[in-house]
Amino acid sequence: MATVELLFSALPEHVRTARLVAAAVARRAGVDEAVLDEVRLAVGEACSRAVSLHAGQGISTPVKVILTEDEKKFSIEVADDAPHPVVAVATAGSAGAAASAARSASGGAPAVAGPDEGEDDMGLAVISGLVDDVEVTAGEFGGLIRMSWPTTVPPVVS
Amino acid sequence: MDLSLSTETVGDRTVVRVGGEIDVYTAPKLREQLVELVNDGSYHLVVDMEGVDFLDSTGLGVLVGGLKRVRAHEGSLRLVCNQERILKIFRITGLTKVFPIHTSVEDAVQATD
Repeated sequence: MATVELLFSALPEHVRTARLVAAAVARRAGVDEAVLDEVRLAVGEACSRAVSLHAGQGISTPVKVILTEDEKKFSIEVADDAPHPVVAVATAGSAGAAASAARSASGGAPAVAGPDEGEDDMGLAVISGLVDDVEVTAGEFGGLIRMSWPTTVPPVVS
Repeated sequence: MDLSLSTETVGDRTVVRVGGEIDVYTAPKLREQLVELVNDGSYHLVVDMEGVDFLDSTGLGVLVGGLKRVRAHEGSLRLVCNQERILKIFRITGLTKVFPIHTSVEDAVQATD
């Protein structure tokens, strides 16, 4: 069973709330203080991506964040309802997106496409770079990003 | 915390001081500021990120977009950042090779390469 479940309207202003909640629950679960910044960033990236997918496809359902602590790890699942035509599994292979954006920026000539293309892919690249245990799945009923971190100290009891 | 922005002209450079959190909600504000500066003819920008508490890929995208815009005018976009947690995001995305990152505004303003 989830420790904390969060449903929020797919709007950019609520992503910060998700970050704060995830970091607070992670701290209580015993995730190392030094890693909390990574947790905050990774869940923010996952939620931003979900918000963007919902907004882009006109989906009115909320984004779901499931925070679960067990004895040895703290897990975060961020679920979106955006249908993905192809079942995709991306783990550590997404880092090319940022490099691609960078190459495009370095090329000198202005690109034909929008200036900030590839932001969503860059989000996945950041997650892949930050989190060792991450799994990204997507299907016709939505996508899911699952991440976990080890809990290195006993959970806070007070 | 919201995003705070202020600009200052130093020689031929425009220094943009950014404070607070740059994320999917606040990044459009930074994008608008950079676009406005370029449209007004400021092509050599220094973005001071010492007051930034949080940066995500949306913010990176805005900075890359800003770089594209100034490069189209033979300009430059330099960053000032000493915070390890922010620098880490540039490193894992490979963007340290794209942006000149300086330790102080003075250093960035004087840089020419």
